[in-house]
Amino acid sequence: MAITPPENRLWWKEPIHGIELGWVIIAFLWGLFMFFFMIAWHFIGQQNLSTETYRIQPWRFADKVEAFADEYQVVDENGEPVFENGVPVVRPPAGGDAYYLARLWEFWPILELQKGQSYRLHLSSADWQHGLSIQPTNINISVHPGYMHVINITPTETGDFGVICNEYCGIGHHNMTGRIRVVD
Amino acid sequence: MTAVNEGTYAGSGVQAEYRTCRFTGLKIERNAEILIRVNAVAAVVFLAWGGLLGLLVALTRWPAIQLLDAELFYLVLTGHGANVLVFWIIFFEVAVLYFAAAVLLNTRLAAPKFAWLGFALMIVGALMANYAVLRGDSSVMFTSYPPMMASHWFYLSLILFAVGALVAVCCFFATLVVAKEEGTYEGSVPLVTFGAITAAIIAVFTIASGAIILIPTWLWSLGLISEIDSLMYKLVWWGFGHSSQQINVSAHVAIWYAIAAMVLGAKPLSEKVSRMAFFMYILFLQLASAHHLLAEPGLSETWKIVNTSYMMYLAVLGSMIHGLTVPGAIEAAQRRNGYTRGAFEWLTKAPWGNPAFSGMFMSLVMFGFIGGITGVILGTEQLNILMHNTLYVPGHFHGTVVAGTTLAFMAATYILVPLFFGRDIVWPTLAKWQPYLFGIGAGGISLFMMGAGTLGVSRRHWDLALTDAVHAFEYPPAAYLMMALNGIFGVLASIGGALFVIIVVASILFGRKLDGPDAKLTFPLHDRSRESVATYGSHATLKLPGTIILVAIFFTAFVLYYFVNWMYLSELWLLR
Ligand code: HEM
Ligand SMILES: [Cu+2]
Ligand SMILES: [Cu+2]
Repeated sequence: MAITPPENRLWWKEPIHGIELGWVIIAFLWGLFMFFFMIAWHFIGQQNLSTETYRIQPWRFADKVEAFADEYQVVDENGEPVFENGVPVVRPPAGGDAYYLARLWEFWPILELQKGQSYRLHLSSADWQHGLSIQPTNINISVHPGYMHVINITPTETGDFGVICNEYCGIGHHNMTGRIRVVD
Repeated sequence: MTAVNEGTYAGSGVQAEYRTCRFTGLKIERNAEILIRVNAVAAVVFLAWGGLLGLLVALTRWPAIQLLDAELFYLVLTGHGANVLVFWIIFFEVAVLYFAAAVLLNTRLAAPKFAWLGFALMIVGALMANYAVLRGDSSVMFTSYPPMMASHWFYLSLILFAVGALVAVCCFFATLVVAKEEGTYEGSVPLVTFGAITAAIIAVFTIASGAIILIPTWLWSLGLISEIDSLMYKLVWWGFGHSSQQINVSAHVAIWYAIAAMVLGAKPLSEKVSRMAFFMYILFLQLASAHHLLAEPGLSETWKIVNTSYMMYLAVLGSMIHGLTVPGAIEAAQRRNGYTRGAFEWLTKAPWGNPAFSGMFMSLVMFGFIGGITGVILGTEQLNILMHNTLYVPGHFHGTVVAGTTLAFMAATYILVPLFFGRDIVWPTLAKWQPYLFGIGAGGISLFMMGAGTLGVSRRHWDLALTDAVHAFEYPPAAYLMMALNGIFGVLASIGGALFVIIVVASILFGRKLDGPDAKLTFPLHDRSRESVATYGSHATLKLPGTIILVAIFFTAFVLYYFVNWMYLSELWLLR
């Protein structure tokens, strides 16, 4: 019994039953397959989170995002800068750099991206940890203060996407959202 | 368990008081018995309290009810995590360790004074943590990621609790040494004890990681250290947070084997394979903090892939092996007990009315199908991005730690109470239903949280409707349905949990005393469990068609679900 010492003192010399051995082999091969599939996806897949990361002072990053927003803010037909809910709408150059700031409790600014264009999205936090969750497409990435994560991202569908904070960040956590718009 | 022959025994100059259990033939020493009792009782108290907080959380996340206000919600959620995940589980595990060492090896508990010291530290730590949380300035979740800071009491309480647990683990190891030196068993330790040793070894590593990260964080909260790096914290913290889950797995797998042995007379198919599977946990799960960091900046792909899988998922392999050997041992035993018709008579005629068995078997099935498969999916480098920090994550671990570990511990309690308190279980009909209520409830909350997570709903989040957010976003109606169902099954699980606590407390206080010479257990142990104490090695029956079918179903589900998730991933925006 499992609660008594093995009767056969030399239990390690007992042969392994065929059923057990078969399953051990199948499970082992499956594990091996899953391991190699992760590597394979780096070659065959289009969804591999970039790991490019830089150390940066949170305030310095906030400055960069401000400068980026000033430079690329969308202007309407009268030449007026466009805001939505009081937040600037910013259109980074297609194929270029975009900056996105997470802070208590918003994602800033509103980004307007072009479908099918690739962006280098620079992501960091001004204060605590936050979670970038782009919905409904369901992309979820952690955001740390002091680390600037550069993500290569290419939207494949148009529309308004919600950005929701999914790392608990204090009492305003459930009010922390942002918006990414993808246009043709 | 009742005493037939009380007596003192003096070995190596140490006085110890023993009695022999009439139902199992095990020799039980007084100190071991008392410490098992107090730790188990403390565990149940924290389960009751933490479970109540869990119900409040579930009712708040049910959008139509949204019971608590936001501030209280985050406070209660922090309390829920700490009380159930840490205090309930670890107190119970200490009881299991003492059982597996002192009782199963027929020996005395080494250093009972230290065991009491450990217990006292754990109690102080647990109470202090609740104090810190209830003060309202420590609603940081049990993971307490900096730079968010809790009251210094919070970190100190966890440190005290961890030190207490470490003392208990040391008493466990010392007891093994005593047993060996006094020659209280022959040959190798029983498989269940082996599983407990696995758990204890992992516990040492775990507690060390906890100390490495919590002590500086505590000093930081006192203003003595200026900064804690948020990424480094997560890395080391999960060395603690994840390995502690491996303690749970080792402990509840050991309990599966123990219950199968005690209720059905099952013995391992082969000692070698089962022990090897435990051993894999020791070798390959320590550094699994990696799969909590797949969506973080600053860590390379190679690091992520190697550390989540150790090249070939050897720890997962360990669990998959138990997934065959445990039902296999049960099938073999049941066939020997005479249930040989068809592929499944052994299962259909199993003692489903015995809560120890039904709880154990549901734990086995749900841990594998719900907790296990989803854990591998979550821990796959690229797939993680689909559900990182969504409700999928709590969905997954309610499959492992609630439907798996907690249900297994509940099942074990139905055996522990008669054995160590000498009282029979009261209200057999209620007791019979309890594992089903709790199991179905726990399975339900796991599945519905996973459903909501698949739809992108954030974990640890008070307001699904995002009412006061700057930029509105609407989750699909299905997400609301999932959260309502989660609430309903949360209520079901809570009823099951409350029943458990009431039955256990009532049995301990008012259960029929089992001291007459012909006292019988309401939920009997296996007839031959007493004689088998002296016999049995590996099992010989080799025809296990039922187990093969079950395992085949499991494997098919695993493979299909694995590829479904890759399909989801391939539809995502491109990340290159
Ligand atoms: C009555 C039974 C239970 C119910 C209804 C329940 C419900 C929940 C819910 C709804 C959440 C919140 C998810 C979120 O918003 O992020 C949660 C979190 C959690 N639960 Fe439970 N739960 C129960 C029992 C347990 C048990 C027995 C354990 C551990 C053994 C457990 C461990 C946890 C943990 C660790 C968290 C995460 C806390 C955090 O995110 O900081 N739960 N539970
Ligand atoms: Cu946030
Ligand atoms: Cu947040």
